[in-house]
Amino acid sequence: MQTETFSLLKKTPLNQAQKGMFAKMVDFHGWELPLYFESILKEHEAVRTHCGVFDVSHMGRLKIEGPGALPLLQKINANDISSLKPGQALYSHMLNEKGGIIDDLIVSYLSPNHYYAVVNASRLDADKAWIAQNNSYDALIIDESPQTAMIAVQGPKAEDILYALEFKEAKTLPRFGIIQTKLLNCKALISRTGYTGEDGFEIIVHNEDAEVIWEGLMSESPMPCGLAARDTLRLEAGLLLYGQDMNEDITSLEAGCAWLVKNPDDFIGKDSLLKQKQELKRRLYGIKLLDKGVPRHGNKVFLGEEQIGTLTSATFSPTLETGIGLAYLPTYVKVGDNLSVSVHGRKIAAKANLTQFYNRGKSHA
Amino acid sequence: MPKNEECRYMKSHEWAYLDGNEAAVGISDHAQKEITDIVFVEMPKVGRKVSAGEAVATVESVKAAFDIYAPLSGEICAVNPEVAKDPSIVNKEPHGQGWLFRLKSSRKEELDSLMDWKQYQEFIKTQKH
Repeated sequence: MQTETFSLLKKTPLNQAQKGMFAKMVDFHGWELPLYFESILKEHEAVRTHCGVFDVSHMGRLKIEGPGALPLLQKINANDISSLKPGQALYSHMLNEKGGIIDDLIVSYLSPNHYYAVVNASRLDADKAWIAQNNSYDALIIDESPQTAMIAVQGPKAEDILYALEFKEAKTLPRFGIIQTKLLNCKALISRTGYTGEDGFEIIVHNEDAEVIWEGLMSESPMPCGLAARDTLRLEAGLLLYGQDMNEDITSLEAGCAWLVKNPDDFIGKDSLLKQKQELKRRLYGIKLLDKGVPRHGNKVFLGEEQIGTLTSATFSPTLETGIGLAYLPTYVKVGDNLSVSVHGRKIAAKANLTQFYNRGKSHA
Repeated sequence: MPKNEECRYMKSHEWAYLDGNEAAVGISDHAQKEITDIVFVEMPKVGRKVSAGEAVATVESVKAAFDIYAPLSGEICAVNPEVAKDPSIVNKEPHGQGWLFRLKSSRKEELDSLMDWKQYQEFIKTQKH
Protein backbone atom coordinates (compact mmCIF):
# COMPACT_ATOMS: atom_id res chain seq x y z
CA MET A 1 0.00 0.00 0.00
CA GLN A 2 2.95 2.35 0.47
CA THR A 3 3.82 3.97 -2.80
CA GLU A 4 7.32 4.89 -1.61
CA THR A 5 8.40 1.26 -1.57
CA PHE A 6 7.50 0.99 -5.25
CA SER A 7 10.08 3.51 -6.34
CA LEU A 8 12.77 0.82 -6.30
CA LEU A 9 10.69 -1.63 -8.30
CA LYS A 10 11.27 -2.26 -11.97
CA LYS A 11 8.46 -1.11 -14.21
CA THR A 12 7.37 -2.54 -17.55
CA PRO A 13 6.61 -0.28 -20.54
CA LEU A 14 2.90 -0.91 -19.76
CA ASN A 15 3.11 0.28 -16.15
CA GLN A 16 1.42 3.64 -16.72
CA ALA A 17 -1.23 2.24 -19.08
CA GLN A 18 -2.24 -0.33 -16.48
CA LYS A 19 -2.24 2.09 -13.57
CA GLY A 20 -4.50 4.28 -15.70
CA MET A 21 -6.90 1.33 -15.74
CA PHE A 22 -6.87 1.21 -11.91
CA ALA A 23 -4.72 -1.89 -11.61
CA LYS A 24 -3.88 -2.91 -8.05
CA MET A 25 -0.10 -3.18 -8.22
CA VAL A 26 2.17 -5.51 -6.25
CA ASP A 27 5.86 -6.31 -5.96
CA PHE A 28 6.52 -9.53 -7.90
CA HIS A 29 10.19 -10.53 -7.72
CA GLY A 30 11.22 -6.87 -7.87
CA TRP A 31 8.72 -5.89 -10.57
CA GLU A 32 5.73 -3.62 -10.04
CA LEU A 33 2.94 -5.56 -11.72
CA PRO A 34 -0.87 -5.66 -11.55
CA LEU A 35 -2.25 -8.21 -9.09
CA TYR A 36 -5.74 -7.57 -10.42
CA PHE A 37 -7.77 -4.74 -11.93
CA GLU A 38 -11.28 -5.02 -10.51
CA SER A 39 -12.04 -8.64 -9.75
CA ILE A 40 -9.90 -11.79 -9.86
CA LEU A 41 -13.00 -13.93 -10.46
CA LYS A 42 -14.14 -11.82 -13.42
CA GLU A 43 -10.66 -11.87 -14.94
CA HIS A 44 -10.45 -15.63 -14.50
CA GLU A 45 -13.84 -16.15 -16.11
CA ALA A 46 -13.01 -13.82 -19.00
CA VAL A 47 -10.01 -15.99 -19.93
CA ARG A 48 -12.04 -19.20 -19.69
CA THR A 49 -14.96 -17.90 -21.76
CA HIS A 50 -13.76 -14.93 -23.83
CA CYS A 51 -10.33 -13.30 -23.70
CA GLY A 52 -7.96 -11.82 -21.15
CA VAL A 53 -4.78 -9.81 -21.72
CA PHE A 54 -1.76 -9.92 -19.42
CA ASP A 55 1.40 -7.82 -19.28
CA VAL A 56 4.11 -10.47 -18.86
CA SER A 57 7.02 -8.19 -19.76
CA HIS A 58 8.79 -9.15 -16.52
CA MET A 59 9.65 -12.55 -17.99
CA GLY A 60 13.18 -13.13 -19.23
CA ARG A 61 13.83 -13.22 -22.99
CA LEU A 62 17.09 -14.52 -24.39
CA LYS A 63 18.34 -14.81 -27.95
CA ILE A 64 20.74 -17.69 -28.51
CA GLU A 65 22.54 -17.42 -31.83
CA GLY A 66 25.26 -18.80 -34.00
CA PRO A 67 26.43 -22.27 -35.07
CA GLY A 68 26.94 -23.13 -31.38
CA ALA A 69 23.34 -22.30 -30.42
CA LEU A 70 21.80 -25.72 -31.08
CA PRO A 71 24.57 -27.80 -29.45
CA LEU A 72 24.47 -25.48 -26.41
CA LEU A 73 20.67 -25.71 -26.07
CA GLN A 74 20.78 -29.47 -26.59
CA LYS A 75 23.35 -29.76 -23.79
CA ILE A 76 21.27 -27.81 -21.24
CA ASN A 77 17.71 -28.90 -22.04
CA ALA A 78 15.83 -32.05 -21.04
CA ASN A 79 13.53 -31.66 -24.04
CA ASP A 80 14.81 -32.28 -27.56
CA ILE A 81 15.62 -28.92 -29.12
CA SER A 82 17.02 -30.68 -32.20
CA SER A 83 13.53 -31.95 -33.01
CA LEU A 84 12.26 -28.40 -33.66
CA LYS A 85 11.63 -27.13 -37.18
CA PRO A 86 11.89 -23.38 -37.87
CA GLY A 87 8.75 -21.70 -36.51
CA GLN A 88 8.27 -24.21 -33.69
CA ALA A 89 8.61 -23.88 -29.93
CA LEU A 90 8.57 -26.30 -27.04
CA TYR A 91 8.37 -26.39 -23.25
CA SER A 92 11.53 -27.63 -21.55
CA HIS A 93 13.46 -27.84 -18.28
CA MET A 94 17.09 -26.86 -17.72
CA LEU A 95 18.56 -29.25 -15.16
CA ASN A 96 21.59 -29.35 -12.89
CA GLU A 97 23.81 -32.44 -12.67
CA LYS A 98 21.48 -33.95 -10.06
CA GLY A 99 18.48 -33.56 -12.38
CA GLY A 100 17.14 -30.66 -10.27
CA ILE A 101 15.27 -28.00 -12.19
CA ILE A 102 17.25 -24.78 -12.74
CA ASP A 103 14.35 -23.27 -14.66
CA ASP A 104 11.42 -24.13 -16.88
CA LEU A 105 11.34 -22.34 -20.21
CA ILE A 106 9.97 -22.17 -23.72
CA VAL A 107 12.59 -22.56 -26.44
CA SER A 108 11.76 -21.44 -29.98
CA TYR A 109 13.57 -22.16 -33.21
CA LEU A 110 13.21 -19.00 -35.31
CA SER A 111 15.55 -19.76 -38.23
CA PRO A 112 18.85 -21.61 -38.70
CA ASN A 113 21.25 -20.50 -35.93
CA HIS A 114 18.56 -18.29 -34.32
CA TYR A 115 16.87 -19.52 -31.18
CA TYR A 116 14.81 -17.70 -28.54
CA ALA A 117 14.14 -18.66 -24.94
CA VAL A 118 11.53 -17.27 -22.55
CA VAL A 119 12.44 -17.89 -18.91
CA ASN A 120 11.13 -16.94 -15.46
CA ALA A 121 11.76 -13.37 -14.25
CA SER A 122 12.98 -14.69 -10.90
CA ARG A 123 15.50 -16.98 -12.61
CA LEU A 124 16.87 -14.76 -15.37
CA ASP A 125 20.18 -14.04 -13.65
CA ALA A 126 20.68 -17.65 -12.55
CA ASP A 127 19.81 -18.87 -16.04
CA LYS A 128 22.22 -16.49 -17.74
CA ALA A 129 25.02 -17.59 -15.42
CA TRP A 130 24.22 -21.28 -16.03
CA ILE A 131 24.03 -20.87 -19.79
CA ALA A 132 27.32 -18.90 -19.89
CA GLN A 133 29.00 -21.53 -17.73
CA ASN A 134 28.03 -24.27 -20.18
CA ASN A 135 28.61 -22.29 -23.34
CA SER A 136 31.68 -24.10 -24.65
CA TYR A 137 30.18 -23.75 -28.13
CA ASP A 138 30.74 -20.00 -28.63
CA ALA A 139 27.03 -19.35 -28.99
CA LEU A 140 26.03 -15.71 -28.72
CA ILE A 141 23.65 -15.03 -25.81
CA ILE A 142 21.72 -11.75 -25.96
CA ASP A 143 19.41 -10.68 -23.14
CA GLU A 144 16.54 -8.97 -24.93
CA SER A 145 14.46 -8.54 -21.75
CA PRO A 146 15.30 -4.86 -21.06
CA GLN A 147 14.47 -3.71 -24.60
CA THR A 148 11.30 -5.71 -25.13
CA ALA A 149 7.81 -6.13 -23.71
CA MET A 150 5.62 -9.23 -23.72
CA ILE A 151 1.85 -9.43 -23.75
CA ALA A 152 -0.21 -12.61 -23.36
CA VAL A 153 -3.60 -12.72 -25.11
CA GLN A 154 -5.45 -15.73 -23.72
CA GLY A 155 -8.85 -17.35 -24.12
CA PRO A 156 -11.20 -18.83 -26.72
CA LYS A 157 -11.61 -15.41 -28.41
CA ALA A 158 -7.88 -14.63 -28.56
CA GLU A 159 -7.67 -15.84 -32.15
CA ASP A 160 -10.57 -13.62 -33.27
CA ILE A 161 -9.13 -10.60 -31.49
CA LEU A 162 -5.71 -10.93 -33.12
CA TYR A 163 -7.34 -11.64 -36.48
CA ALA A 164 -9.37 -8.45 -36.11
CA LEU A 165 -6.05 -6.59 -35.63
CA GLU A 166 -4.97 -7.91 -39.06
CA PHE A 167 -2.83 -10.75 -37.74
CA LYS A 168 -4.19 -13.18 -40.34
CA GLU A 169 -1.89 -16.01 -39.27
CA ALA A 170 -3.90 -16.19 -36.04
CA LYS A 171 -6.16 -18.63 -37.89
CA THR A 172 -3.37 -20.93 -39.00
CA LEU A 173 -0.54 -20.67 -36.47
CA PRO A 174 -0.45 -24.07 -34.73
CA ARG A 175 -0.12 -24.61 -30.98
CA PHE A 176 3.54 -23.87 -30.07
CA GLY A 177 4.06 -22.25 -33.47
CA ILE A 178 6.01 -18.98 -33.56
CA ILE A 179 6.28 -16.31 -36.24
CA GLN A 180 8.25 -13.10 -36.78
CA THR A 181 5.68 -10.71 -38.16
CA LYS A 182 4.12 -7.26 -37.89
CA LEU A 183 1.22 -6.33 -35.65
CA LEU A 184 -0.31 -2.86 -35.96
CA ASN A 185 2.76 -1.93 -37.98
CA CYS A 186 5.12 -2.94 -35.18
CA LYS A 187 7.71 -5.67 -35.46
CA ALA A 188 6.45 -8.57 -33.34
CA LEU A 189 7.36 -12.11 -32.39
CA ILE A 190 4.10 -13.99 -31.88
CA SER A 191 3.75 -17.53 -30.57
CA ARG A 192 0.68 -19.65 -29.87
CA THR A 193 1.59 -20.30 -26.26
CA GLY A 194 0.40 -19.35 -22.80
CA TYR A 195 0.10 -20.13 -19.12
CA THR A 196 -3.66 -20.35 -18.64
CA GLY A 197 -4.81 -23.69 -20.06
CA GLU A 198 -6.66 -21.87 -22.85
CA ASP A 199 -5.85 -21.21 -26.47
CA GLY A 200 -3.87 -18.01 -26.78
CA PHE A 201 -0.88 -16.07 -27.99
CA GLU A 202 2.17 -14.38 -26.54
CA ILE A 203 3.44 -11.26 -28.29
CA ILE A 204 6.96 -9.86 -27.92
CA VAL A 205 7.55 -6.30 -29.17
CA HIS A 206 10.07 -3.50 -28.67
CA ASN A 207 9.43 -1.37 -25.58
CA GLU A 208 8.47 1.68 -27.63
CA ASP A 209 5.71 -0.29 -29.40
CA ALA A 210 4.23 -1.88 -26.26
CA GLU A 211 1.58 0.77 -25.63
CA VAL A 212 0.44 0.76 -29.26
CA ILE A 213 -0.10 -3.00 -29.08
CA TRP A 214 -1.80 -2.75 -25.66
CA GLU A 215 -4.17 -0.01 -26.83
CA GLY A 216 -4.87 -1.90 -30.06
CA LEU A 217 -5.76 -5.00 -28.09
CA MET A 218 -7.94 -2.98 -25.71
CA SER A 219 -9.92 -1.63 -28.67
CA GLU A 220 -11.20 -5.20 -29.09
CA SER A 221 -12.46 -5.20 -25.48
CA PRO A 222 -10.70 -8.15 -23.86
CA MET A 223 -10.41 -8.15 -20.06
CA PRO A 224 -7.14 -6.73 -18.71
CA CYS A 225 -5.90 -9.30 -16.19
CA GLY A 226 -3.37 -9.43 -13.36
CA LEU A 227 -1.07 -11.92 -11.70
CA ALA A 228 -3.76 -13.28 -9.36
CA ALA A 229 -5.94 -14.58 -12.20
CA ARG A 230 -2.82 -15.83 -13.99
CA ASP A 231 -2.10 -17.92 -10.89
CA THR A 232 -5.61 -19.43 -10.54
CA LEU A 233 -5.75 -20.14 -14.28
CA ARG A 234 -2.37 -21.88 -14.45
CA LEU A 235 -3.04 -23.91 -11.31
CA GLU A 236 -6.38 -25.22 -12.63
CA ALA A 237 -4.56 -26.20 -15.82
CA GLY A 238 -1.87 -28.04 -13.84
CA LEU A 239 0.91 -25.71 -15.02
CA LEU A 240 3.71 -25.45 -12.49
CA LEU A 241 5.21 -22.28 -11.01
CA TYR A 242 8.97 -22.09 -10.53
CA GLY A 243 9.95 -21.32 -6.94
CA GLN A 244 6.80 -22.95 -5.58
CA ASP A 245 6.20 -26.21 -7.45
CA MET A 246 9.72 -26.55 -8.80
CA ASN A 247 13.22 -25.76 -7.58
CA GLU A 248 16.79 -27.03 -7.90
CA ASP A 249 16.09 -29.91 -5.50
CA ILE A 250 13.16 -31.25 -7.52
CA THR A 251 13.64 -33.22 -10.74
CA SER A 252 11.53 -33.24 -13.90
CA LEU A 253 10.40 -36.78 -13.05
CA GLU A 254 9.22 -35.77 -9.59
CA ALA A 255 7.47 -32.74 -11.08
CA GLY A 256 5.39 -35.04 -13.30
CA CYS A 257 7.19 -33.80 -16.41
CA ALA A 258 8.72 -37.08 -17.62
CA TRP A 259 6.83 -36.42 -20.87
CA LEU A 260 9.24 -33.60 -21.75
CA VAL A 261 12.42 -35.59 -21.15
CA LYS A 262 12.86 -36.44 -24.82
CA ASN A 263 16.41 -35.28 -25.48
CA PRO A 264 18.29 -38.32 -26.91
CA ASP A 265 21.66 -36.63 -26.48
CA ASP A 266 23.88 -36.37 -23.45
CA PHE A 267 22.21 -33.44 -21.67
CA ILE A 268 23.09 -32.21 -18.19
CA GLY A 269 21.13 -34.14 -15.57
CA LYS A 270 20.40 -37.12 -17.82
CA ASP A 271 22.31 -39.70 -15.77
CA SER A 272 20.59 -38.62 -12.57
CA LEU A 273 17.15 -38.88 -14.19
CA LEU A 274 17.94 -42.35 -15.53
CA LYS A 275 18.99 -43.46 -12.06
CA GLN A 276 15.95 -41.89 -10.42
CA LYS A 277 13.63 -43.53 -12.95
CA GLN A 278 14.39 -46.90 -11.31
CA GLU A 279 12.80 -45.81 -8.07
CA LEU A 280 10.79 -42.61 -7.83
CA LYS A 281 10.00 -41.96 -4.16
CA ARG A 282 7.87 -38.83 -4.43
CA ARG A 283 6.05 -37.02 -7.17
CA LEU A 284 3.67 -34.13 -7.69
CA TYR A 285 -0.05 -34.76 -7.16
CA GLY A 286 -3.11 -32.60 -7.46
CA ILE A 287 -5.16 -32.22 -4.28
CA LYS A 288 -8.86 -31.41 -4.45
CA LEU A 289 -10.81 -30.42 -1.34
CA LEU A 290 -14.08 -32.25 -0.78
CA ASP A 291 -15.39 -29.76 1.76
CA LYS A 292 -15.49 -25.96 2.01
CA GLY A 293 -12.34 -24.01 2.76
CA VAL A 294 -9.53 -22.27 0.89
CA PRO A 295 -6.21 -24.13 0.90
CA ARG A 296 -2.99 -22.07 0.75
CA HIS A 297 0.65 -22.61 -0.11
CA GLY A 298 2.30 -24.28 2.91
CA ASN A 299 -0.77 -26.12 4.26
CA LYS A 300 0.02 -29.67 5.42
CA VAL A 301 -1.36 -32.73 3.64
CA PHE A 302 -2.30 -35.81 5.69
CA LEU A 303 -2.98 -39.46 4.97
CA GLY A 304 -4.86 -40.53 8.07
CA GLU A 305 -2.89 -39.05 10.96
CA GLU A 306 0.41 -38.92 9.15
CA GLN A 307 1.65 -35.78 7.40
CA ILE A 308 2.83 -36.88 3.96
CA GLY A 309 3.37 -33.56 2.23
CA THR A 310 2.86 -29.80 2.00
CA LEU A 311 0.94 -27.79 -0.58
CA THR A 312 3.38 -26.05 -2.92
CA SER A 313 0.58 -24.08 -4.62
CA ALA A 314 -3.07 -23.85 -3.66
CA THR A 315 -6.10 -21.69 -4.25
CA PHE A 316 -9.85 -21.55 -4.52
CA SER A 317 -10.60 -22.74 -8.06
CA PRO A 318 -13.13 -20.39 -9.66
CA THR A 319 -13.99 -22.97 -12.34
CA LEU A 320 -14.40 -25.96 -10.01
CA GLU A 321 -15.68 -23.77 -7.15
CA THR A 322 -13.62 -25.71 -4.65
CA GLY A 323 -10.14 -25.67 -3.13
CA ILE A 324 -7.33 -27.15 -5.23
CA GLY A 325 -3.59 -27.48 -4.78
CA LEU A 326 -0.39 -29.30 -5.65
CA ALA A 327 1.84 -31.30 -3.32
CA TYR A 328 4.79 -33.68 -3.46
CA LEU A 329 3.61 -36.96 -1.94
CA PRO A 330 5.05 -40.46 -1.65
CA THR A 331 4.45 -42.43 -4.86
CA TYR A 332 2.40 -45.09 -3.02
CA VAL A 333 -0.47 -42.56 -3.02
CA LYS A 334 -2.97 -43.33 -5.80
CA VAL A 335 -5.14 -40.78 -7.57
CA GLY A 336 -8.51 -40.95 -5.83
CA ASP A 337 -7.08 -41.75 -2.38
CA ASN A 338 -8.69 -39.99 0.56
CA LEU A 339 -6.45 -37.37 2.18
CA SER A 340 -6.95 -34.28 4.30
CA VAL A 341 -5.48 -30.79 4.30
CA SER A 342 -4.96 -28.73 7.43
CA VAL A 343 -6.35 -25.22 6.88
CA HIS A 344 -6.33 -22.77 9.83
CA GLY A 345 -5.84 -25.76 12.13
CA ARG A 346 -8.90 -27.55 10.73
CA LYS A 347 -8.53 -30.77 8.75
CA ILE A 348 -10.54 -30.66 5.54
CA ALA A 349 -11.30 -33.84 3.59
CA ALA A 350 -9.53 -34.01 0.23
CA LYS A 351 -8.74 -36.40 -2.59
CA ALA A 352 -5.54 -37.09 -4.51
CA ASN A 353 -6.11 -35.85 -8.06
CA LEU A 354 -4.28 -35.50 -11.33
CA THR A 355 -2.19 -32.32 -11.37
CA GLN A 356 -4.40 -31.04 -14.17
CA PHE A 357 -7.82 -30.00 -12.88
CA TYR A 358 -9.03 -28.28 -16.02
CA ASN A 359 -8.60 -29.02 -19.72
CA ARG A 360 -10.22 -26.62 -22.24
CA GLY A 361 -13.85 -26.72 -21.22
CA LYS A 362 -13.58 -30.03 -19.38
CA SER A 363 -12.60 -30.49 -15.75
CA HIS A 364 -10.43 -33.44 -14.78
CA ALA A 365 -11.43 -33.53 -11.15
CA MET B 1 -30.82 -3.26 8.03
CA PRO B 2 -28.50 -0.93 9.96
CA LYS B 3 -27.39 2.23 8.25
CA ASN B 4 -23.72 3.16 8.19
CA GLU B 5 -24.37 5.92 10.72
CA GLU B 6 -26.01 3.51 13.17
CA CYS B 7 -23.00 1.22 13.44
CA ARG B 8 -19.77 1.25 15.40
CA TYR B 9 -16.49 0.33 13.73
CA MET B 10 -13.25 -1.42 14.61
CA LYS B 11 -9.87 -0.48 13.18
CA SER B 12 -9.89 -3.94 11.61
CA HIS B 13 -13.00 -2.82 9.64
CA GLU B 14 -15.77 -4.79 11.35
CA TRP B 15 -19.05 -3.00 12.01
CA ALA B 16 -21.34 -3.76 14.97
CA TYR B 17 -24.97 -2.75 15.33
CA LEU B 18 -26.61 -3.02 18.72
CA ASP B 19 -30.18 -4.30 18.59
CA GLY B 20 -31.52 -4.83 22.13
CA ASN B 21 -29.00 -7.02 23.91
CA GLU B 22 -27.73 -8.52 20.66
CA ALA B 23 -25.23 -7.06 18.23
CA ALA B 24 -25.10 -7.87 14.52
CA VAL B 25 -21.54 -7.94 13.13
CA GLY B 26 -20.26 -7.61 9.58
CA ILE B 27 -17.46 -6.01 7.60
CA SER B 28 -17.49 -2.50 6.18
CA ASP B 29 -17.97 -1.61 2.54
CA HIS B 30 -14.39 -0.34 2.53
CA ALA B 31 -13.19 -3.77 3.76
CA GLN B 32 -15.13 -5.76 1.17
CA LYS B 33 -13.69 -3.57 -1.56
CA GLU B 34 -10.15 -4.14 -0.29
CA ILE B 35 -10.67 -7.89 0.09
CA THR B 36 -12.44 -8.12 -3.34
CA ASP B 37 -14.13 -11.39 -4.35
CA ILE B 38 -15.05 -13.25 -1.17
CA VAL B 39 -15.15 -16.99 -1.82
CA PHE B 40 -15.41 -18.45 1.68
CA VAL B 41 -16.36 -17.40 5.21
CA GLU B 42 -15.47 -19.59 8.15
CA MET B 43 -18.07 -18.83 10.82
CA PRO B 44 -17.74 -19.25 14.58
CA LYS B 45 -19.83 -21.95 16.28
CA VAL B 46 -23.12 -20.79 17.76
CA GLY B 47 -22.80 -20.80 21.56
CA ARG B 48 -19.09 -19.91 21.52
CA LYS B 49 -18.12 -17.37 24.18
CA VAL B 50 -15.84 -14.69 22.84
CA SER B 51 -13.95 -11.67 24.16
CA ALA B 52 -13.80 -8.29 22.49
CA GLY B 53 -10.88 -8.25 20.04
CA GLU B 54 -10.74 -12.04 19.67
CA ALA B 55 -10.45 -13.50 16.14
CA VAL B 56 -13.71 -15.39 15.63
CA ALA B 57 -14.24 -15.79 11.90
CA THR B 58 -12.23 -15.82 8.67
CA VAL B 59 -13.18 -14.15 5.42
CA GLU B 60 -11.28 -15.46 2.41
CA SER B 61 -10.75 -14.07 -1.06
CA VAL B 62 -9.03 -15.91 -3.88
CA LYS B 63 -5.71 -14.44 -2.78
CA ALA B 64 -5.80 -14.18 1.01
CA ALA B 65 -7.50 -14.87 4.34
CA PHE B 66 -8.63 -12.11 6.70
CA ASP B 67 -9.38 -12.58 10.40
CA ILE B 68 -12.63 -11.10 11.70
CA TYR B 69 -12.54 -9.88 15.29
CA ALA B 70 -15.36 -9.73 17.84
CA PRO B 71 -16.29 -6.07 18.48
CA LEU B 72 -17.54 -6.91 21.95
CA SER B 73 -17.52 -9.74 24.46
CA GLY B 74 -20.39 -12.17 24.60
CA GLU B 75 -21.81 -15.32 23.11
CA ILE B 76 -22.30 -16.07 19.42
CA CYS B 77 -26.07 -16.54 19.08
CA ALA B 78 -26.46 -16.76 15.30
CA VAL B 79 -24.41 -17.01 12.11
CA ASN B 80 -25.69 -15.98 8.69
CA PRO B 81 -26.64 -19.15 6.79
CA GLU B 82 -27.02 -17.26 3.49
CA VAL B 83 -23.38 -16.12 3.59
CA ALA B 84 -22.27 -19.70 4.19
CA LYS B 85 -24.14 -20.70 1.00
CA ASP B 86 -23.09 -17.70 -1.10
CA PRO B 87 -20.16 -15.71 0.34
CA SER B 88 -20.37 -13.14 -2.48
CA ILE B 89 -23.34 -11.60 -0.62
CA VAL B 90 -20.74 -9.98 1.66
CA ASN B 91 -19.35 -8.11 -1.34
CA LYS B 92 -22.77 -7.09 -2.59
CA GLU B 93 -24.37 -6.06 0.71
CA PRO B 94 -21.79 -5.83 3.50
CA HIS B 95 -24.18 -3.91 5.75
CA GLY B 96 -27.33 -5.80 4.80
CA GLN B 97 -27.79 -9.42 3.76
CA GLY B 98 -24.05 -9.89 4.13
CA TRP B 99 -23.92 -9.65 7.96
CA LEU B 100 -21.75 -12.40 9.44
CA PHE B 101 -22.89 -13.25 12.97
CA ARG B 102 -24.85 -12.01 16.00
CA LEU B 103 -23.49 -11.70 19.52
CA LYS B 104 -25.44 -11.69 22.76
CA SER B 105 -23.67 -9.25 25.03
CA SER B 106 -24.06 -7.78 28.48
CA ARG B 107 -21.12 -5.44 27.96
CA LYS B 108 -22.57 -2.84 25.67
CA GLU B 109 -20.16 -0.24 27.04
CA GLU B 110 -17.42 -1.94 25.01
CA LEU B 111 -19.04 -0.46 21.92
CA ASP B 112 -18.34 3.05 23.22
CA SER B 113 -14.63 2.55 22.69
CA LEU B 114 -15.20 1.81 18.99
CA MET B 115 -15.34 4.43 16.24
CA ASP B 116 -18.58 5.98 15.07
CA TRP B 117 -19.23 6.40 11.33
CA LYS B 118 -17.61 9.82 11.12
CA GLN B 119 -14.49 8.71 12.98
CA TYR B 120 -14.31 5.59 10.83
CA GLN B 121 -14.45 7.67 7.63
CA GLU B 122 -11.54 9.74 8.93
CA PHE B 123 -9.69 6.57 9.89
CA ILE B 124 -10.03 5.10 6.37
CA LYS B 125 -8.52 8.27 4.91
CA THR B 126 -5.42 7.83 7.08
CA GLN B 127 -5.10 4.26 5.77
CA LYS B 128 -4.88 5.38 2.13
CA HIS B 129 -1.63 6.47 0.56
